[in-house]
Amino acid sequence: MMLTQLIFGIAGGLLFAMGLRSALIRESLLARILAVNVSGAGIFLAFVAIAYRGLEETPDPVPHALVLTGIVVAVSATALALALRRRLEEADDE
Amino acid sequence: MSFNSWLPVLIVMSSLVPGLVIFLLREENHLLRTLLNLFGAVIKLLLVGVLIWGVFHAQVIETRWTLAPGLDLVLHADALSVLFVTLSTLLWLLTTIYAIGYLENAPHRSRFFGFFSLCVTATVGLALAGNLFTFVIFYEMLTLATYPLIAHKGSPEALRGARIYLAYTLSGGILLLIGTIWLWNIAGPLEFAQGGILGSIEGLDPIVLGIIFLLLMTGLGVKAALVPLHGWLPQAMVAPAPVSALLHAVAVVKAGAFGIVRVVYDVYGIEFAASLGLLTPLAIAAGITIVYGSLKALSQDHLKKRLAWSTVSQVSYIALGAAILGPLATIGGVVHLVHQGLMKITLFFAAGNYAETLGIHKVSEMNGVGRQMPGTTLAFTIGALGMIGLPPVAGFISKWYLGLGAVEAGIAAWILPILIASSLLNAAYFLPILYRAWFLRAEHKPLVAGNRVKTVTPPALLWPPIITASLALAAGLFAAAPYSPLEWAQLIAEREYKQ
Amino acid sequence: MNNLLTLPVMIPLGFSLLALLWPRRASSIGILGLLATLLASAWLAWRVAGSGPMLLALGGWEPGLGIALHADALSSTLLLMSSVVALAAGTYSTGYFRERSDRARFWPLWLLLMTALHALFLSGDLFNLYVTLELIGLSAVALAALGGKRKAVEAALRYLILGLLGSLLFLAGVALIYAGYGTLDLMQLRNMLAPEPVAWIALTLMISGLLLKSALFPLHFWLPPAHANAPAPVSAVLSALVVKAALYLLLRFWLDIFDDVVTTFAAWLLGSLGAMAVLWGSWKALRAVRLKLLAAYSTVAQLGYLFLFFPLLAALPVGAARDTALGALILMALTHGFAKSALFLATGVIQQKAGHDRIEELGGAARALPVTVFTLALAGVALIGLPPSGTFQAKWQLFSAAIATGQWLWIPVIATGSLLAAAYVFRILGYAFASAEGVKYRIADGREELPALILAILATVLLGFGSIWVWEFVTPGALAVGEVP
Repeated sequence: MMLTQLIFGIAGGLLFAMGLRSALIRESLLARILAVNVSGAGIFLAFVAIAYRGLEETPDPVPHALVLTGIVVAVSATALALALRRRLEEADDE
Repeated sequence: MSFNSWLPVLIVMSSLVPGLVIFLLREENHLLRTLLNLFGAVIKLLLVGVLIWGVFHAQVIETRWTLAPGLDLVLHADALSVLFVTLSTLLWLLTTIYAIGYLENAPHRSRFFGFFSLCVTATVGLALAGNLFTFVIFYEMLTLATYPLIAHKGSPEALRGARIYLAYTLSGGILLLIGTIWLWNIAGPLEFAQGGILGSIEGLDPIVLGIIFLLLMTGLGVKAALVPLHGWLPQAMVAPAPVSALLHAVAVVKAGAFGIVRVVYDVYGIEFAASLGLLTPLAIAAGITIVYGSLKALSQDHLKKRLAWSTVSQVSYIALGAAILGPLATIGGVVHLVHQGLMKITLFFAAGNYAETLGIHKVSEMNGVGRQMPGTTLAFTIGALGMIGLPPVAGFISKWYLGLGAVEAGIAAWILPILIASSLLNAAYFLPILYRAWFLRAEHKPLVAGNRVKTVTPPALLWPPIITASLALAAGLFAAAPYSPLEWAQLIAEREYKQ
Repeated sequence: MNNLLTLPVMIPLGFSLLALLWPRRASSIGILGLLATLLASAWLAWRVAGSGPMLLALGGWEPGLGIALHADALSSTLLLMSSVVALAAGTYSTGYFRERSDRARFWPLWLLLMTALHALFLSGDLFNLYVTLELIGLSAVALAALGGKRKAVEAALRYLILGLLGSLLFLAGVALIYAGYGTLDLMQLRNMLAPEPVAWIALTLMISGLLLKSALFPLHFWLPPAHANAPAPVSAVLSALVVKAALYLLLRFWLDIFDDVVTTFAAWLLGSLGAMAVLWGSWKALRAVRLKLLAAYSTVAQLGYLFLFFPLLAALPVGAARDTALGALILMALTHGFAKSALFLATGVIQQKAGHDRIEELGGAARALPVTVFTLALAGVALIGLPPSGTFQAKWQLFSAAIATGQWLWIPVIATGSLLAAAYVFRILGYAFASAEGVKYRIADGREELPALILAILATVLLGFGSIWVWEFVTPGALAVGEVP
């Protein structure tokens, strides 16, 4: 059980760090938005790993609820970012 | 709360409220503005009269308001605060009358008189301050209230002068603040007590007290124009004459000197301060300022600038009095608070009159003004003679006591030469003016430069200097009478010396 | 009666929806909502003052599974400040936004921002805090981009990305906490946290996120452009409230929840960064060409002062002196909130009159707006820290604590910062004086000028003379250590 958690937890951490780096380094706006999403996905993965209690038991529902909430938040934030980016493009065309 | 608890607040409010209302008045409401101004001044005078009566009968008159844990805002009336409050109130009334006359038809009068009132509010507040915390609060508010007065004309020179003023006073203010907070940290609430409080507190490190003293004196010395912190004063001459009069005689410079007196006597205690060796540096700084100010005054042709340097020199007499151990010197320093105020304001009123009536700003233009403006020049003469130290004008009395005090303290060897040199220098830069005014013929006709110059001095501009000159004369002639400034100073000095 | 705790959150949320559904009446709905929220916040503060901290388990679900709402002196004070500033800036907005379409977009977002802010102040659960942080970020970004101008949108987008990163850092910390301790409830965590690697790493992650959101040097670079290009009322709220929310969380963690975990070294780090913020921000403010930029950099500097408290609080032993310092911190935060929002609102008035906010050319507009210039002066006094403002009292305590704990280093920093602040404030005021003509107008637009004036008076006069009330309200049990009713 520990091993599964460890693997997925580290994977989540890696995704988090990679996303963070890209968001800070990259120039392209779209890339940065995607990077933030990847980073968030990493944390969600870590949460799911934390929820795992082994093959016999049901997983801990609390982190699952957190992940669902987090996904909703991430989607809204991404939508806003993309809308603003769109506005910027239009401003460029003017 | 009894009436006695309200009295200090009312005295402060009596200029605050009219001031705030005046801000809101339209520029054209001359009558209302004048009425408010005078109303406030008269009310204040009446309340101060009540205050004097109360202090004389040893009543406790105090307002206290807690601002923070361990920090109270305290307004308290003792002999020294009454001295300063009375001076401020009286001179405010006269300056208000003068300003009304001086600024006729000038723009932005509502703004001017509004800040004018705030300025007096702050001065009265710091006069009545019962602890160092309250003093510092009103001291900083004074800076804020006087800045717009100096910048009033809005010209580049005025703004520059005001900026320099701010740079000096705010920097000094920070040092004063740090010194006060430090002292509060180690000594608790710094409530003024005659004879000082620090002497009776155990376990205070003398070196720390010395450093704090330096911080406090530097902060106060900026406003009191102690050399080398005086640089703002000549620049501030760009302000209108009523402002210069108020600033030099009553408000800013006196506030600094008053602060020095308070710290030396009512916080440290004169005997304790002497035992720490703090008085000698102060005396040296005061002595240098006295001589340096007079020397610079000699070389000025611009009348107001000459008077400004004279102020730098004269106010340090007060600091000198505070720096010499012994009741006689104390009396000399404290009474000079009043005397210098009366004499200097007379001189500035007169200078303003010369500028307004004849368009004269420079000493070299003053030939024959005695004939053209006899009343003003008579007042000027009395003020100038007092500055030199000639009896019977009051200035003589302050110098006499300072001299005696120096003898009493055993340091006459170097104090007396300073006093004598100063008197000689004062003579050197005032007597030629008097000579020109009275004994030389005018070289030119009265200038009519623009519609702000009148050929006759209106009563509002003429009477204030005459009144203050008469008071300066009276303070000297009747110094032995009850309720004279000298008597009052003697009362104060008595209470400051315990042993 | 504890259901009272939900009101400051539900009321603005409800009115936000109303404003969305009924755009023609957006302004009236908005003001009504803000008034109601203010009443609720005041009532809450009153209850807390009388009976101590309040706790509510939402939906009856106990902590562990449920989310708790919690109010103590610190949170209710900030809640009250937030409501007052929101109402003042909202009133101002009714005059600022001329077009109906602007208003229809502004009000739902504004009320949503208030919902999020209040929810943050009242949250008793770590994950809930994350959600509220995100909500605040999203609504603030949308508001900042409201003008639609290129610069504003650019700045808003940068703010958004960085804000999201900050929130993600925070969330990473939350994940670690849950992994280590199995609960997200603040009350429970307070008793369970111990100085161990899990707590340290989690705290570092969360603090990093919060530092980004509270614009501490050197993570402040997103703030000046965002503030300078946003509409005036939005800038006011960004500086006064949004940044304070992150600061509130920092305080809450540092002094309350994680107080066993924090180290003196970390406190000194924050203090040093704060000192640099004071000096750097004040310097940049002095050099600013535009009034709004000056105000934004001034915010960076003022927040630096608040961080100076951290090493001082760490060094003071628990007792009266520490409580006084804590009260001073809150007083400073309050005063800054009111003063800075007043400054931004006044700037907005001037910008509308003059068409620009370049400082050197302000003379003409200033002549026509005496009330606004007066507001600028009052707010300026509070920013410098001159008496009688609340900031003066707070700086007094700051100096005093530095002397008492022997941390002399901070004294020249505070002194220099104050003098620089005086320089940039009086620079603005100097231009207002540079005129010889008389004044032509009185109050240009009551709705716009009066709220700013009232805020400035609150900062400089009320909090100055009434500062003891803040201490009396906040200090006894400010951070509700221990008992839960």
